[in-house]
Amino acid sequence: MRAPSNRLPTRRNTELLYIVAAAFVVACAEAIVEITRNSSVSSHVATYPLAALTIGAAAHVAVRRTARYADPLLIPCAVLLVGLGLVMIHRLDLGLAQQAAENGQTYSGVAAASQVVWAFLGLGVFLTVLFVVRDHRVLARYAYTLALIGLFLLLLPAVLPARFSEVNGARIWIRVAGFSIQPGEIAKLCLTIFAAAYLVAKRDVLSLAGRRVLGIDLPRGRDFGPLLVAWLVSIGVLVRNHDLGTSLMFFGLFVVLLYVATERVSWVIIGVLLFAGGCFVSYHLFANVKQRVDVWLHVFDYLQNEGYQMSQSLFGLGTGGLFGAGLGGGRPELVPVAKSDFILSSFGEELGLFGLVAILAIYVVFISRGFATALAVRDSFGKLLVTGIAFSFGLQLFVVAGGISRLLPETGLTTPFLSYGGSSLVANFALLALLIRVSDAGRRPPTTPPSAVTTDSGPVPIAQGRAEATS
Amino acid sequence: MTTSPLAIQLMRFAFLILLWLFVYGMVRVIRTELRASGAPRVAALPRSRRSKRSPSTENRPARGRLSQLVVVEGSLAGTRVALTGKPIFIGRANDSTLVLTDDYASTRHARISETSGVWYLEDLGSTNGTYVGQSKVDGPVPLEAGVAIRIGKTVMELR
Repeated sequence: MRAPSNRLPTRRNTELLYIVAAAFVVACAEAIVEITRNSSVSSHVATYPLAALTIGAAAHVAVRRTARYADPLLIPCAVLLVGLGLVMIHRLDLGLAQQAAENGQTYSGVAAASQVVWAFLGLGVFLTVLFVVRDHRVLARYAYTLALIGLFLLLLPAVLPARFSEVNGARIWIRVAGFSIQPGEIAKLCLTIFAAAYLVAKRDVLSLAGRRVLGIDLPRGRDFGPLLVAWLVSIGVLVRNHDLGTSLMFFGLFVVLLYVATERVSWVIIGVLLFAGGCFVSYHLFANVKQRVDVWLHVFDYLQNEGYQMSQSLFGLGTGGLFGAGLGGGRPELVPVAKSDFILSSFGEELGLFGLVAILAIYVVFISRGFATALAVRDSFGKLLVTGIAFSFGLQLFVVAGGISRLLPETGLTTPFLSYGGSSLVANFALLALLIRVSDAGRRPPTTPPSAVTTDSGPVPIAQGRAEATS
Repeated sequence: MTTSPLAIQLMRFAFLILLWLFVYGMVRVIRTELRASGAPRVAALPRSRRSKRSPSTENRPARGRLSQLVVVEGSLAGTRVALTGKPIFIGRANDSTLVLTDDYASTRHARISETSGVWYLEDLGSTNGTYVGQSKVDGPVPLEAGVAIRIGKTVMELR
């Protein structure tokens, strides 16, 4: 599209092109899986790319109508990741069905089909957020409400009886009436908004007051309050929920937002020390934390029990090597619950290091567009909000990739957009909608305030009249 | 019937190439965007500015012509607002062009507007005042490129 010279290009056509390209990549992936495994293609070759394309197209139309200037790469990245996730989940379904058949059992899992349903629910949430939240700054008003909801969701699995909250040893679930949701993902959304709003309000106090010791600006004692609360919550999650990933993610998110808001390195140093100290103490105090670390350090001693999943993941990555076994050519289904926590190791096995790095590169593009949005937007809340969202994607990815490659103890975090799991997918779509909303505000031609009425003679800022009345 | 191993090997590498082509395509889009934002915001500028030029001149506005308001100090540092001929409102109000979150800024603090090719800065009755260089603004002040405008802890200039 050639934009008229008096308008900024909206780049919506670029977005559409890349959404179609993403669906094409998904179609190729599914075709390769089926040809490799069955030497024929089934109707799934059309289903998954079409699902990805439909989601992309619907999001695209909504963005054209409500956020014309938003970044063109965010949605294609998400569509490609969701699509590739669908293909891999379906491929694991096929593998598990074959494994069950060899053992004389039948496997009736249809994870891929339910993931398609969740993806469409995610699309619904995306559209709702995009249409309801017309200006991201109104979110700052609900900061404390959202913080309460977030903390409640985060701590709920810890206080519920284990039979409602424990899956595979990690208590990060709420299981009600056959449904299991992972509230941590939704808590992430709420707490990011809260942290951004809180820090915009309190930034000056946090960055100006304090003493300078050894070249580092130390904050005042009473300003430690929020950091200590975040620290206590994250250590509580670590000890009670047996989950380092969630704990690391929340604390990391808070510390980074503090750093970005105040430009003080001291917060990062204090945060890292606090977290390391907390981990050290809980390692010595709590047997379950100690045992998890033990399994992590000596995984092959626990080959047949606690370390089985981790060691299978490592064998998978090793089998994949540089170029992978080819889609459909490996045995990624040997890793227990590969489709949610260990989906990256499935990709590592079938696409190899080159393919895995390509997938990480797609995430890098997504995250870097988030940071670019933070630079472009012209209000502090928006800046901190998208910094938080983009950073939490990055940190989550780091924790997951570290988990499958044994850099970190294994965690129960999902890979954004890629993993099987409804709550994660839905929450990530909501975050995507917020990114799109802020990105639109940041790239919109500057003198059109969101509240302005656009007429044929050009945008009329409402502010003008009011400002003149007060001046 | 089984697919030949050769075909499977071909597909295996073709898919990796396809995936990387997608990444490469996205990087190209980012590069185009960087070019577009390195030049002053495209709005209201003549087409010819987008034609081929060496990168060094592309980053500079045309001589004698102000094209953007750049925040050089404070929490919004790095933010740019294009000068499109329409007035720019600065303040804590949510619908300001540049939204300051600064205890020393007023809700509607200042306005930068153009009259016959000259950009003027006006203080809109703020509590703590607006400074150009070292002097407090009292009535409309014509602005020049590179002169520091200070509101609270935020410093900005026209380029």
